[in-house]
Amino acid sequence: MAVQAQSKVRGSKSKTKSGSSGLALPKQVLIKIHDLMLKSRVLEERMIKIYKVGEAYFWIGGPGEEAFGVPLGLLANKGKGVQHDWLHLHYRCSSTLVAMGMDFLTPLRLIMNKATDECTGGRNFSNHYSFPEWNVAPVTSPIGVQYSIAIGTARAQQRSKGKGITIVTGGDAGSAEGDFASSLIWASRRGSELPMLITVQNNKWGISTHFDEQHGENHVSDRGQPFNMRTTVINGNDPIESYIRLEEEMAYIRKTGKPVVLESTVSRLFGHSSASGANPIDEIDCLSDFQTLLLKKDILTEKNIKDLQSGYEKEAKAAQDQVRTEMTPQASSIWDNYFVGNETGNWREF
Amino acid sequence: MANMAQAIRMALHYGEKHLDVKDVFGQDVGPPMGGVFTATQGLDTAWNTPLDERGIVGAAMGIAMTGDICVAEIQFCDYIFNTIDLLKIAGNTNWVTNGNATLPMVLMTPVGAGIRGSVYHSHSFDAWASRLPGWKVVMPSNPLDAYGLLIAAIKDPNPVMFLKPKALLRVRGQELLPGEPENEKELKAMIDAPVGDRSQWKAKWPELKDHNVPIGKAKITRSGSAATIVTYGRHVLMCNDVADDLKKNQGIDLEVIDLRSIYPYDWSCIKQSVSKTGRVLFVNEDTEVTNFAEHLSYRVTHELFYELMARPRVLAGKNLPGIGLHANLEEASVPQVSDIKSEVLNLLKEVP
Ligand SMILES: Cc1ncc(C[n+]2csc(CCOP(=O)(O)OP(=O)(O)O)c2C)c(N)n1
Repeated sequence: MAVQAQSKVRGSKSKTKSGSSGLALPKQVLIKIHDLMLKSRVLEERMIKIYKVGEAYFWIGGPGEEAFGVPLGLLANKGKGVQHDWLHLHYRCSSTLVAMGMDFLTPLRLIMNKATDECTGGRNFSNHYSFPEWNVAPVTSPIGVQYSIAIGTARAQQRSKGKGITIVTGGDAGSAEGDFASSLIWASRRGSELPMLITVQNNKWGISTHFDEQHGENHVSDRGQPFNMRTTVINGNDPIESYIRLEEEMAYIRKTGKPVVLESTVSRLFGHSSASGANPIDEIDCLSDFQTLLLKKDILTEKNIKDLQSGYEKEAKAAQDQVRTEMTPQASSIWDNYFVGNETGNWREF
Repeated sequence: MANMAQAIRMALHYGEKHLDVKDVFGQDVGPPMGGVFTATQGLDTAWNTPLDERGIVGAAMGIAMTGDICVAEIQFCDYIFNTIDLLKIAGNTNWVTNGNATLPMVLMTPVGAGIRGSVYHSHSFDAWASRLPGWKVVMPSNPLDAYGLLIAAIKDPNPVMFLKPKALLRVRGQELLPGEPENEKELKAMIDAPVGDRSQWKAKWPELKDHNVPIGKAKITRSGSAATIVTYGRHVLMCNDVADDLKKNQGIDLEVIDLRSIYPYDWSCIKQSVSKTGRVLFVNEDTEVTNFAEHLSYRVTHELFYELMARPRVLAGKNLPGIGLHANLEEASVPQVSDIKSEVLNLLKEVP
């Protein structure tokens, strides 16, 4: 990937509650967060268009999770190896990766199934990323498995006694899978606690089934309490609250080595996926709410927003035009990387 | 004519009305959606479970233990793998208790590629299921058989796995179900949930009748004497196409067997056909190494060895970890019409 400079915004902590913005974060942080939220939204809307004009078979993604996802990506300690954070993300994670510096070409190559798709070689659905250089574990379709796998990276980090933590994201319905329980049990063993930020993005839906039909607990994060874990619920539609609370919780985990269960309320702005039409749904839109706030506080003008949006739209369209011309995967590539180092797995060649 | 999803829905309705089915459940199976392929819309007994496959299979086993009849669903067979130990237990319960405890339950799950489902909506489960002794395993290739096999599965006192070829769920049949209205639009108006608000909607079911497709009975869909193709699910349609093509263009008469039941299977049908043709090709899309067709091919070789004119062949999915999304990848991974045709021509060319 053309790795862009990480969009890290440093030094926010000392300025919380004041700053020149009149809000709880400094102005330049707010502007950066907005920029990335908008960029990520434009990317998702471009992907939906690509699906709708028939240049992709399927879309699933994360419009509506930007207010949570962008702060998470900004605060993650990006890099390779256990001294950096490990991220086990679900398929609504595009905004986190945009905040970490993902360009437009990478997600479009993936959704358009090109041979140049560096995450899966044209094999998998949209937003199923894997970036070894950033400790971004492969996004999987089977719901929930990331909560089990995260135990292992956290264990390696704990052993290394560094500052790297393991971050895992997933949906509310998926917390019914045994993997979620495994992560609570394994992260909280007395004296062997794991440095894990176990998060749940609660959009109140699992495809068509409402939260109330699937849960007895008030908050999924409450399930950490009997394990003596720190738990919290945040408004994931508010990027300021998300940024501040994520920063606090991550600092706690880095300092104590102990896990946190964090639930954030988010929206599912275009429904579950292209299978349900990928049309706009009337739910809280974190981006437009944030824009309203920034306009009111004179941090941005209508023109700033318009210019930014059209710039990103142009960039996304240009990326689509480029990707369209790129090679499709060859049939023979089905055997590629069957085993490590391309040792053959085709028995006809044994 | 009903499509397969509608036929499954009607069989389940027949089950709840006449066969005492008390629960039809799984992820998004109940209202408002009625299943990701709409196969459970409008049923009185359908409900949504948590997103927990082990819970679904375990609950079905428990309900069955009480003697109540249920039909459970795993949304895609790709997500059934974390239940495999429960499936083993469901299969061995009658045997291990020496007949004390039976589990009359049906587990449905969509299988196979063909809809550009990518790595996790393209798996097959027929070969896996054939390694779960104690289960009956069926897979229809058309709506009428889906209706009859599902009713037979509900009536059966054993655990029955009903594999739904997902690429065929929207395909219409050529024969009416017993009680199905002739007019397709009328059927749709009666049993398809409306787009938009469904909260007040109720299905108006036609007066459906019993229909039995016995588990363990195959069906010959094309008869001929040049060679036999044994297949099931969506590959029945492809093999029929190859047979029609070769008959029309080259005067070659193929016999195509739709196995319908994977276990127990209709050996006498296979035996009769292969004894007649001396040549056999087995076609399915599960991965080829330790594929169920290898068992059939072994049996043919062993029991009909001196009647064979050519080596039996298995054409199945490539032994890959998954099926890639791009059409080039999917088509290279599971048998296509052109692969079947060239394999048949090779089979016919072989001189003993
Ligand atoms: C193990 C497994 N079972 C079923 C599915 C099918 N499926 C895909 S997304 C989904 C709902 C997920 O809901 P939730 O965990 O709340 O996440 P959301 O999509 O709402 O973000 C289901 C059932 C799956 N992908 N994996």
